[in-house]
Amino acid sequence: MSHFDPLRNPIKNARGLGSAKEGVHHFIVQRITALALLVLAVYFVVLIVSLAGADYATARAAVAHPCNAVLLVAFLVAMFWHGQLGMQVVIEDYVHTPWLAMSCQLAVRVACAFAALASVFAVVRIALGA
Amino acid sequence: MAEFALPKNSKVQQGKRFPAKPGAKNVREFRVYRWNPDDGENPRIDTYEVDLATCGPMVLDALIKIKNEIDPTLTFRRSCREGICGSCAMNIDGTNTLACTKAIEDCSKGDVPIYPLPHMSVVKDLVPDLTHFYAQYASIKPWLRTQSAPPPKERLQSKADRARLDGLYECILCACCSTSCPSYWWNGDRYLGPAILLQAYRWIVDSRDEDTGERLDALEDPFRLYRCHTIMNCTRTCPKGLNPAKAIAEIKKLMVERRS
Repeated sequence: MSHFDPLRNPIKNARGLGSAKEGVHHFIVQRITALALLVLAVYFVVLIVSLAGADYATARAAVAHPCNAVLLVAFLVAMFWHGQLGMQVVIEDYVHTPWLAMSCQLAVRVACAFAALASVFAVVRIALGA
Repeated sequence: MAEFALPKNSKVQQGKRFPAKPGAKNVREFRVYRWNPDDGENPRIDTYEVDLATCGPMVLDALIKIKNEIDPTLTFRRSCREGICGSCAMNIDGTNTLACTKAIEDCSKGDVPIYPLPHMSVVKDLVPDLTHFYAQYASIKPWLRTQSAPPPKERLQSKADRARLDGLYECILCACCSTSCPSYWWNGDRYLGPAILLQAYRWIVDSRDEDTGERLDALEDPFRLYRCHTIMNCTRTCPKGLNPAKAIAEIKKLMVERRS
């Protein structure tokens, strides 16, 4: 905190730019996706284990099953969403150079969004038999 | 970026040794952080051998004995010597606590390391700069804020509502908790830290205060409040046995409650 301007009154530094008046939405969504993942991650592991040793056609048929396809899409969306929220917190914690922090936040969001879109598209493609 | 290593001019070096007087019976070593802003030197660790046979039981007694009898240049804050003023908060034996309520015999065996509160600018030796900490306290407006006209006498409060302040009003703002918090180390410029958030909660739950919503508005911020990741160092280190982590969790619950 030594970078503070000593000519400024300390209260100026403490008040800063004021409250962002947000954060609770992040807090709520982080917990909802965490709860969803508690169930969906177990489901995902069970599915993968059950497909161990199976051939391509069996695995493809399992993913194409409507129940599995829906649950897989739910898992993928929850996972990448939760991952983005978690990375956002890590960057806020440790990256303090403004342009670098903003670049990292943008990169993580783009990466998570594309990963989610691509993986969901893959499941949908199999489910719809394309 | 977060700071994971000390800058060159902060690297701590081996300092002087002050042996006990011949004939000392019960000698204990105190390894104390020293830094003088006026001599241009790096910080150092001085070792003082103190005869506990002629010393009071607390770490503060040893520090006062060192200053009075061994090395008058040692600088530290102290006042009440009974754990109510918070002046002598420092890092003793690896934990932030009050020197006046920490018994020497409760320190782990061997020498007793004593440092200033972690990750604060040092004014001199064991004296940290708490300017920003106090400014953060002022920023939450820690006084009764009301909309209603003042009553002819005092503002009344039920016994149950008064009981909700227990575990909060006892905070002496010694800064042990805030300076033990990694989130406060990395983001202390914007994160309010456990001590100030506990104080904020003390006014949020006060039944006589009528600015609850505005207080929550001022805290709802990714940095001011949500840097708390429930690390719990604050609760572990509090020399008064308070639970700042719980107070912060209660604030987070209220943030959700007012939206649902």
